[in-house]
Amino acid sequence: MARIVMDDLHKVYSGNVQAVTGISLDIADGEMIVLVGPSGCGKSTLLRMVAGLETITSGTLTIGDRVVNALEPAERDIAMVFQNYALYPHMSVYDNLAYGLRNRGVARAEIDRRVQEAAEMLQIGDYLKRKPRQLSGGQRQRVAMGRALVREPSAFLFDEPLSNLDAKLRVQMRVEIRQLQKRLGTTSLYVTHDQLEALTLADRLVVLNAGRIEQVGTPMDLYRRPETVFVAGFIGSPAMNMIDTGWLAGQGAMPDGLPAGTDLIGVRPDDLTLTPQAGGLALSGQVVLLEPAGAESHVYATLSNGQTVTLRTPGLPDVAEGAAITLHAPREALHPFNAASGKRTG
Amino acid sequence: MVENDRWGNLLAHLILILGVALVVFPVYVAIIASTHAPGTFLQGVMPLLPGSHAVENYRTVLFEGRSNAGAPPIGLMLWNSLVMALMIAVGKIAISLLSAFAIVYFRFPFRIFFFWVIFLTLMLPVEVRISPTYQVVANLGMLNSYLGLTVPLIASATATFLFRQFFMTIPEEMLEAARVDGAGPWKFFKDILLPLSITNIAAMFVIMFIYGWNQYLWPLLVTTNDRYYTVVMGIQRMVTGADSEPLWHLVMATVVLAALPPVLVILFMQRLFVKGLTETEK
Repeated sequence: MARIVMDDLHKVYSGNVQAVTGISLDIADGEMIVLVGPSGCGKSTLLRMVAGLETITSGTLTIGDRVVNALEPAERDIAMVFQNYALYPHMSVYDNLAYGLRNRGVARAEIDRRVQEAAEMLQIGDYLKRKPRQLSGGQRQRVAMGRALVREPSAFLFDEPLSNLDAKLRVQMRVEIRQLQKRLGTTSLYVTHDQLEALTLADRLVVLNAGRIEQVGTPMDLYRRPETVFVAGFIGSPAMNMIDTGWLAGQGAMPDGLPAGTDLIGVRPDDLTLTPQAGGLALSGQVVLLEPAGAESHVYATLSNGQTVTLRTPGLPDVAEGAAITLHAPREALHPFNAASGKRTG
Repeated sequence: MVENDRWGNLLAHLILILGVALVVFPVYVAIIASTHAPGTFLQGVMPLLPGSHAVENYRTVLFEGRSNAGAPPIGLMLWNSLVMALMIAVGKIAISLLSAFAIVYFRFPFRIFFFWVIFLTLMLPVEVRISPTYQVVANLGMLNSYLGLTVPLIASATATFLFRQFFMTIPEEMLEAARVDGAGPWKFFKDILLPLSITNIAAMFVIMFIYGWNQYLWPLLVTTNDRYYTVVMGIQRMVTGADSEPLWHLVMATVVLAALPPVLVILFMQRLFVKGLTETEK
């Protein structure tokens, strides 16, 4: 149980490669923070800095009430779950769980109690005597989780722990991780590039780009009110449509009351409809593809400037490929941005 | 792929059998020769069937010897060879494991330089550096000792290189997980690296044991006291040392005995090999 405070953290690799540039973040006790961003954004580096596997070039990192910059990973009272699990192949599941505790000189009976408890929690009790290679991917994942659990650390660090699992198992483990984390109330830092994982797991979501924080907030905050073009494009699937206002003006279809400096309008595929909206957005184009996906359908339409926009609608809309179409969105569903600064304008 | 071609198969097997025969035949002759009476070989005809003196010959070689023919009992020589081969094999593996560990997992100044220096010694086997090495061993007072027999042969670039390559295939997360689990470098080496390297160690042991066992030139140089003679040089002395005709039946019995330990090591290690292969995984 601990609060984690990052204060102006920097990571510079040799050759002056800036991996993390000035990140400050205050993580409350028991909070689940998800770091999300494209590959190379520094999210894994940041996590590894917290773990102590990467040195901190400058800034201070506090876990609980200790500054841990100079501490070894084992002294930081954290536990980490690795992407490839990193189980010790020659040890049984039991030994894998117990190894860290033995190194810390925990009493034998206490080790046994904690291992049994974790095994029960993760339903791996039947496999304790097996070697990792005799387990399936999902079971290995549980063992990796168990190794973190038995430590009873003040923080869990997850480095894309689900990316080696198949889609179905990933959803199941995602739910289990969230339930477990809520039950234990342990501060957690979770790195992923999967935005669905990010949205569903996080108390607060941190979107990273090029080594700095783009936006921090609850998943719904970030979804409803992205503060930058990057976040707008990164969160939400299918991605938000970005419409150039210069082209809209040329079409004589500018929505009402856009803030000054707006030259880019974002609109989510869900917010587009086929019914006209007064004062809102109206985009005329041609349907290029209709994609039914069960409960919902995606309609792809090409505008006269060649841009393709996406509409997401429940059920199967009455449109034909090749037909002309006009997509509408109410004024309040529009996200005004300035392209040069990448920031929201209002 | 070769299909079920009968003549092709036959031809392939014929060639293979010929190859095996070529290798096995001399061994067979040696075994046969060790079972005949002294005079048999001087007649100029090699017998190809076992003789009746097997027990007698082996007993002579092992327990009595023929000191006038340069052939003391070979028990001590076998022991010396065993000690030397074991010390060389174990020493080489220990040193190579440690140096590979240092080179792969530690960042120290001139790391790459040291790696290449180790690598360079591949080009300098004992035979090439034999006079300076002899000088060093002599000055250290290690002539006529087990240390003198083994220490100069222990440094091994081959094994260092092999272990380095193996360590580099172990995912970095393994080290990181161990660090988070509170294992320092020594614990990581002992608890993780060593158990994972078992198969490689077994393979190295077999190769190095045979390498040590078969040493001839070096033991010949550093030992002048027959307390430290090894069996391989013993064979040579039996052939050339006597005033009389070589006692071929005894030489061959010695040869067979000298070949036995490496064979046993291979047979025994093969099981460990398979065990290691089936139970570990990177």
